[in-house]
Amino acid sequence: MSYASGGGAHAQSQGMVDHSIVGQITAAQNAARLRFRLTFVAVWIAIIVGIGVALAAANAWDWEFALESGPVIVLQGAGITVLISVASIVGATILAILGALGRISTNPILYAIASFYVSLIRGTPLIAQIYIIYFALPQLDIVIPAIPAGILALSLNYGAYMTEIFRAGIQAVPRGQREAAGALGMRQAHIMRRIVLPQAVRIVTPAIGNEFIAMLKDSALLSTISVHETLFLAQRLGRSSFEPITALLIAAIVYWILTIVFSIFQERLEKRMARSDR
Amino acid sequence: MTDEPLPDLGVRPATSTSGYARGSSLPSHIGDPIVKIEGLHKYFGSNHVLRGLDLEVRQREAVMIIGRSGSGKTTLLRCINFLEEPSAGTIEVDGVRLEADPLHSRSRAFQERVRQIRLRAGMLFQEFNLFPHMSVLGNCIEAPTRVLGLPQDKAVERAEYYLEVVGLGEKRDEYPSRLSGGQKQRVAIARALCMEPKVLLFDEPTSALDPELIGEVLRVMEDLAHAGTTMIVVTHEMHFAREAADRVVFMESGVVIEQGPPEQVLDNPKHAETTHFLRRFLDQ
Repeated sequence: MSYASGGGAHAQSQGMVDHSIVGQITAAQNAARLRFRLTFVAVWIAIIVGIGVALAAANAWDWEFALESGPVIVLQGAGITVLISVASIVGATILAILGALGRISTNPILYAIASFYVSLIRGTPLIAQIYIIYFALPQLDIVIPAIPAGILALSLNYGAYMTEIFRAGIQAVPRGQREAAGALGMRQAHIMRRIVLPQAVRIVTPAIGNEFIAMLKDSALLSTISVHETLFLAQRLGRSSFEPITALLIAAIVYWILTIVFSIFQERLEKRMARSDR
Repeated sequence: MTDEPLPDLGVRPATSTSGYARGSSLPSHIGDPIVKIEGLHKYFGSNHVLRGLDLEVRQREAVMIIGRSGSGKTTLLRCINFLEEPSAGTIEVDGVRLEADPLHSRSRAFQERVRQIRLRAGMLFQEFNLFPHMSVLGNCIEAPTRVLGLPQDKAVERAEYYLEVVGLGEKRDEYPSRLSGGQKQRVAIARALCMEPKVLLFDEPTSALDPELIGEVLRVMEDLAHAGTTMIVVTHEMHFAREAADRVVFMESGVVIEQGPPEQVLDNPKHAETTHFLRRFLDQ
């Protein structure tokens, strides 16, 4: 009762506000927001034009090379970059789930194995791991072609970092979920697979997106083991035609655009998941 | 631990575990004992929360446990299905008897016994704990299909039946995030009923709810009680206890102080502690 009368009084006082003031405030806020955005775009354009003018003045950008070799770098190179990154994020996710299960295990052997994996991989440079898999293993008669070797190295490396992400994600699932599942008579493996992991995956999805974007760029390290990805092609074509600036700038732009595209994609995915959670 | 004498708290545990005076006849709908708790002790570290508690619950009986916070009510309930591991004592639910054995409780055999008890004792939580990534129907058929091995269509049929019982048949395809707190708790009740347990354990099922949503949950629980569902309810809703309980159990310092029919315990308590608790509680 008291709520209802209170609400009535509130509505009345609201009715007395001068609507033209509200309209003016909204319009001013919209104008300020628009001004901010326009300035933002203008600054970006200014910087890009500035770089373009500087390159033209130094006679550094070669259109002939760009039009001839650019499509190779973009189509073939970016294709391989994305392919390797997608394959590696899948591998890394599988390793990370196994690693996380080990890291939360009460079995000392599993815990030790998972901890060793995370410690070793996080404690050594990615480039060293790539070299060991591609250049050192053949000495033991284990020869892995460049692309699988690259995917293996990236999967192992990112899997170790993502192990901690998944561990945190699993532990972020409220304890009540496990208790409720246990109270319904589910066994531990069932609880993990059907109740905890699906919720943990949702929790860590934004973080996996970040890892994927980082991986797109780290995959450039595979140019050192002659995987024909973006940077490798740019380097080779740029060197043979004495146009390293144009070639490497194209490669840089390819990575930049790829990360922007996947960031937008990730943002959409996150919004959609947030909506289904509500 | 069972042999440890109770510290003198100036309180005496109730002598009869059934709560009904010897010789007096039971209400006609009440059957044989189905839950037996004997000499239950629980320590959290050095904190002695349950101190040799005995309690028996009979078929089709609705038992409400009252007492101040910290008296061990929730711990008792959670010990019955081993969500909290008892330090000592014996739990028996529907013929599955399990003696607390904290040193060997990780063994496969022990865990399987625990699971057998859990299959017979459905649990309702303060925070509902619905699975947010599954629809209402998904919540209700997950355990029946994958734990009991019920065929999908049978499980769905059963879920639809119990969702009707709690008045939420039309919500079967919604996700928990789209339900109110009261609806969530009713779905949780349906989910528990879908396992067709022998006894339902309610751990303060309405204390996380907005006041205007409490009624709908208590109504469902009252219907279940009157339909002869065996239940043990930890609650602060005295009015509900009076309406729905066959027996009210008053706990203090980890033991049962007094128990009996609601009109006796709530209106004419025999023990000073009960009187004291009820007076302070009703004053609030």
